[in-house]
Amino acid sequence: MIPFDYRLAPDVDGAVAAATGWGGVAFLAGGTNLVDHMKLGVAAPEVLVDISRLPLDAVEELPDGGLRIGATVRNSDLAAHPAVRRDYPVLARALLSGASGQVRNLATTGGNLLQRTRCAYFQDLSTPCNKREPGTGCSAIGGYTRQHAILGASAHCVATHPSDMAVAMAALDAQVTVLGTSGRRVIPLVELHRLPGDEPHRDTVLSPSDLITAVELPPLPEGTRSLYRKVRDRASYAFALVSVAAVLRVEDGVVRDVRIALGGVAHKPWRARRAEDVLRGSPVDGSPADEEVFRRAAEAELAGAAPLAGNGFKVPLARNTVVSALRGLSREER
Amino acid sequence: MTDLLRPRVLGQSPTRVDGPAKVTGTARYAGDQRVSDPAYVHLVQADVARGVLTEVDVSAAQALHGVLAVLTPDNAPRLASTDDAELAAFQSHEVAFRGQVVAAVVARTREIARHAAALVRVEIDQRPHDVHLSADRDDLYAPEKVNGGSATDTEQGDIGTGLAHSPFTLDQTYTTAWYNNNPLEPHTTTALWLDGDLALYESTQGVHTTRESTARVLGLAPERVHVIAPHVGGGFGSKGTVHVHVIIAALAAKAVPGTPVKLALTRQQMFSLVGYRTPTIQRVRLGCDADGRLAVVAVDAVGQTARIKEFAEQTAVPSRTVYAAPNRRTTHRLAALDVPVPSWMRAPGECPGMFGPEVAVDELAIACGLDPVEFRIRNEPDVDPDTGKPFSSRNLVACLREGARRFGWEHRDPAPRARAESGWLMGTGVAASTYPVNRIPGSVATVRCTAPGRYLVSIGAVDIGTGTWTSLAQIAADALGADFTDVEMRIGDTARPRASVAGGSSGITSWGSTVVAAAREFRRTFGDHPAEGAEASAAMPEDDVGEEYAMHAFGAQFAEVRVHADTGEVRVPRLLGVFAVGRVVNPRLARSQLIGGMTMGLSMALHEHSVLDERFGHVVNHDFAEYHIATNSDVPHVEAHWVEEHDPHTNPMGTKGIGEIGIVGTAAAIANAAHHATGVRVRDLPLTLDHFLE
Ligand SMILES: Cc1cc2nc3c(=O)[nH]c(=O)nc-3n(C[C@H](O)[C@H](O)[C@H](O)COP(=O)(O)OP(=O)(O)OC[C@H]3O[C@@H](n4cnc5c(N)ncnc54)[C@H](O)[C@@H]3O)c2cc1C
Ligand code: SF4
Repeated sequence: MIPFDYRLAPDVDGAVAAATGWGGVAFLAGGTNLVDHMKLGVAAPEVLVDISRLPLDAVEELPDGGLRIGATVRNSDLAAHPAVRRDYPVLARALLSGASGQVRNLATTGGNLLQRTRCAYFQDLSTPCNKREPGTGCSAIGGYTRQHAILGASAHCVATHPSDMAVAMAALDAQVTVLGTSGRRVIPLVELHRLPGDEPHRDTVLSPSDLITAVELPPLPEGTRSLYRKVRDRASYAFALVSVAAVLRVEDGVVRDVRIALGGVAHKPWRARRAEDVLRGSPVDGSPADEEVFRRAAEAELAGAAPLAGNGFKVPLARNTVVSALRGLSREER
Repeated sequence: MTDLLRPRVLGQSPTRVDGPAKVTGTARYAGDQRVSDPAYVHLVQADVARGVLTEVDVSAAQALHGVLAVLTPDNAPRLASTDDAELAAFQSHEVAFRGQVVAAVVARTREIARHAAALVRVEIDQRPHDVHLSADRDDLYAPEKVNGGSATDTEQGDIGTGLAHSPFTLDQTYTTAWYNNNPLEPHTTTALWLDGDLALYESTQGVHTTRESTARVLGLAPERVHVIAPHVGGGFGSKGTVHVHVIIAALAAKAVPGTPVKLALTRQQMFSLVGYRTPTIQRVRLGCDADGRLAVVAVDAVGQTARIKEFAEQTAVPSRTVYAAPNRRTTHRLAALDVPVPSWMRAPGECPGMFGPEVAVDELAIACGLDPVEFRIRNEPDVDPDTGKPFSSRNLVACLREGARRFGWEHRDPAPRARAESGWLMGTGVAASTYPVNRIPGSVATVRCTAPGRYLVSIGAVDIGTGTWTSLAQIAADALGADFTDVEMRIGDTARPRASVAGGSSGITSWGSTVVAAAREFRRTFGDHPAEGAEASAAMPEDDVGEEYAMHAFGAQFAEVRVHADTGEVRVPRLLGVFAVGRVVNPRLARSQLIGGMTMGLSMALHEHSVLDERFGHVVNHDFAEYHIATNSDVPHVEAHWVEEHDPHTNPMGTKGIGEIGIVGTAAAIANAAHHATGVRVRDLPLTLDHFLE
C-alpha cells in the first residue's frame, strides 16, 4: 500500500472542499471496494477524505410517499428499513442478494453506486486494461469474459457494473443528488453511469470531487409489484451473471406500468426500454399467452446484444431470466 | 494379522484438545508466533510465462524508508542444491512460469514491504510460452512413474477384442478443471537464524519433511533446522511439500542478521506458488454384456506438469481397483508446459480420476437398462483386479446398499427429466469412492511417565485441522491402557521424534502404529507401574502383511440435484455418503473429515475452476471473489455415515484413513444426478448453468 493522506470530512460542504484541488483524491465510505483497490495498487489516491461519519446516514420517508436515502446509509440498514421492505421489495431483495452480511454492514449507498467493475484484468496490475490505464488495451476481449457485457460495450472496454442495488434503483427511476464545487445537482440514476465508449476509465459522469449526498426514490402507485432476480455461479456471495429488477402494474388484465433493469450485462445498470415498450399496454392475464409476450419483450431488448467469445450464454440467460421474473410478478398479482 | 488394540477410547468422540485455543483465538499459527521486532517479506513475481530476466532494478525500492534488503537473482546467495527447480529461489535468470518469484523485499512493516515490492522494476526478455493442455499434443510423454509410485501404464487382456465382443460400449472423454488448493490460512513462514541454526515457524503438513528439504537446499545439517507447527489452518496437500517461500524466508532472514522475518503469501500469490491440481483429460472406454457385466475398463489420462519439475497426477490409478473386468488398460501422459508446478491436492489421482469412470459407469448402466447401484454391485471383484491380491477388507457393496437405503433410492424413477418442483428439475445420482490405505515409514514416538498414571507422548506429527492432537491421544490412551485425560501429546515440532508427512491419509496409520509400538515398548520395559521419568521409544513397525493384501477404503455417495428450468442454475440440496474406512477413531472428527471432503467435492462439481488465460499464462480468477468455493448456502445438507468394518490387517487400530476419500466420487454423483434431472449429460467440470440453458 502506498502512503496517503487522510482527512476526516468535517461536514458535507467541507468534504467537497477537502476533495477539491488534488490530483488523486477519493472519498472513503465503507471502504469495502476502495481499500481493496488500494491494496492491489488499482487505486493510489494521494488523499482520502473520510465521509463515513457525515450525517448522511438517514432514510427519510418523503411527504409524496417517496424515500430519500442518505449516501452513507449502510446496505444492511437500507435492506432492513421497513419502508423499503414494504414499498420497494425489489430494492430490499437486490441489496440482500449482494456481497455478504459482513460486507453489507460496511457498504454504503454512495459507495455501492460507485463501486468499480470486478473485471479480473482491471484488478490485476500485470495485465493491460484501458479502464485502469487508458490506452494499454483491453485484456478481457479474447480472454475470460464470463462476467462481461453483452450490451452497450465498446472495442475499448467490455466491463460490467457489478452493483445489484443500482439495478433495482434504475428500475425505480431513482434520482441521485450530488454536491460538487459548483453546487448541488440532481442526476437520474440511469444517467449516472456511462457506457465505456472510448473513455472506459470514466465509469460515471461525476468528477472526483463530486459527493453523492442522497438517492431519492419516487413513490410507486398502488398495486405496483416489484422483484429482483439474480442469477449467479453460486447460491450466495457471487456477482450477477445476469440480474433483473422488474416493476410491474397490471390493471384489468393490461400492463399499465412496467420498468425493467438488467444487471451483469452492461457497463451500467441497463434500463430495458425496448422490452418495456413491448409490454406496456399488452394484455397480461395469467394465461399461457403471457409467456409469449414476455418472451417477445425480452427478445426485443436483446436484439441488440453483442456477446463476446465466452459469454454467448448470457443472451438466452438474460432472456429467460426476464421471462421468469415477469412470470413471477404477474402471478404474484393474482 | 496385526495385534489389534482393544478399543476403549477408540471410537469415542472426545472434543478437540486444541478446540478452546482455536475458538478463543489464542492458538498461535505460523504468522502469529511472537518473535522480537520482526521484519516482513513481500514477493515480486514475474508477469510473463517464459523469458530471461535482463534487469531487476531495486533502486527505488531500496530508497524507500524502512526497506532493509531486496533479494534478487543478482545478489542472492547460491543454494547448496538446485535439484528441485521449484525451490531454486533466485538461482537463475530464467523465468519458467508466470508468477515465478524474481525478487523479495524485506522491510520494517508489511505495508512498506508491499509498497517497495511494487517499486521493483523487472525487465524480462519475453520468450514465446506454451501453456496449452490438450490430448492431441504430439509431445505428450509417459512419466517414469506416477505420483504415489504406481506404474504409469497397465494392461491386462485385450481392449480391442473386449470391446468388439461387448453388446454395450462407451467411449467418451471427460475433463476436470485446474483447481487451486485454498486452505484458509495462507502459506506463512516466520524465520530466524540463531548461531547458524535456522528456526522456522511454518504452516506445514510435515515438520521433519520441511526440515529435510530445507536443509538440503540450504546445505545445512538437518538438525540445524528447527521447524515448529503447532497449528495449521488447512493444507489439502499444498503444505505437504516445501514451496519456494520457505527458502526465500530463510534467505531473507539471513540477509537481515539478527532480525526474524515473517512471510505470508497473499491469496493471489498462492495461485502460482504452492502447487495445484492439474486439469485432466480422461478418455474412458467401457464394454459390458447384456447383464451389465464389464468386459472392458480402459482409462487414458492426460494431465500437465511444469517444464521445470515433474508432477504426474495418478488420474487413472483408481480405475485399476474399483470394478472387475477381464480386459483392462490405464495410461498416463503428460504435457510439460510453462506453468506453475502442480502438486498434491486432496486425493490426488483418486479425486479427478473417479470423475470420468464414475460418470461413464452411469452412462453405461443407463444404456443397458440397469439401475446404477445394481450395475456397480454386479461388477464387484473378488480380488483386486490390478494385483490379483485379496482385499484386506472391501465393503463397497455394503456402502452402496446402506446408502441406497438411507437415501431412499428404491423409489427412484430412472427416467431422466421426470420430476419438477416449482420451476426446478429434480434428479438423483450415485457414484463410488475409493482411497488406498497408505503407510509411510520412518516415524518414531516416545512415551514418558510424568507422574503416577500420567503420560507424555511425543511424535513430530502435525495437526492440519484434522484433529491429530486428539486422535493420537486416544490411540495412546488405549495402547497404554490409560485414561484419555491422562495422556498429553507433544507434536508439531522437530524437537519431537521424527514423523512422516500428513499426506495420503496416512497420518493415523503411520503415526498411530508408531505410538502403539512405543506404548507397547514402554509397557514391556516398565510394566504397569512405571517410575516417574520412565521413557521408551519405538519406530514404526515393519509392515508384515501389507504385501499380501490390497488395502483400500471404499464409499458410495448419493446426490440430489435440482436445476432451474429457466436459468440452468444447479443446486445440490442433499448429499449422502456411506463409507467403509475400517475402525473410526473419533466419530466426531471423522464426520468432520468426511463431510468436509464431500463439501469440497461438491465445490469441485459446481464451482471450482482456475481459469487459465493462455495468452498470459496465468490463472485469471485468482482470488476468493472469483475463484468460487461453495458457500454455506450451496451446501444445505451433507450427511456422512460408515458401515462397521473390521480390518485386522491395516494396522493395530484397524483404521484405514479418512482425510481424502470424502472428496472422491462426489462430483460424479452430482453430475449423474444433474443428468437424471435434466437429461443433459455433462462430461466437463464444473457443472455451470450454461450447460443446462435452453
Ligand atoms: C467479496 C465481495 C463481494 C461482493 N459482492 C457484491 C455483490 O454480489 N453485489 C454487489 O452489488 N456488490 C458486491 N460487493 C461490492 C460492495 O457492494 C461494494 O464494495 C460496496 O457497496 C462499496 O461501498 P463502500 O461504502 O464500501 O464504498 P467504498 O469502498 O468506500 O467506495 C467505493 C467508491 O465510491 C466512492 N464513494 C463512496 N461514497 C461516495 C459518495 N458518497 N460520493 C462520491 N463517491 C463516493 C469512493 O471514493 C470509491 O471510489 C462485494 C464486495 C466484496 C468485497
Ligand atoms: S473490460 Fe474494461 S475493465 Fe476489463 S480489461 Fe477491458 S478495459 Fe479493462
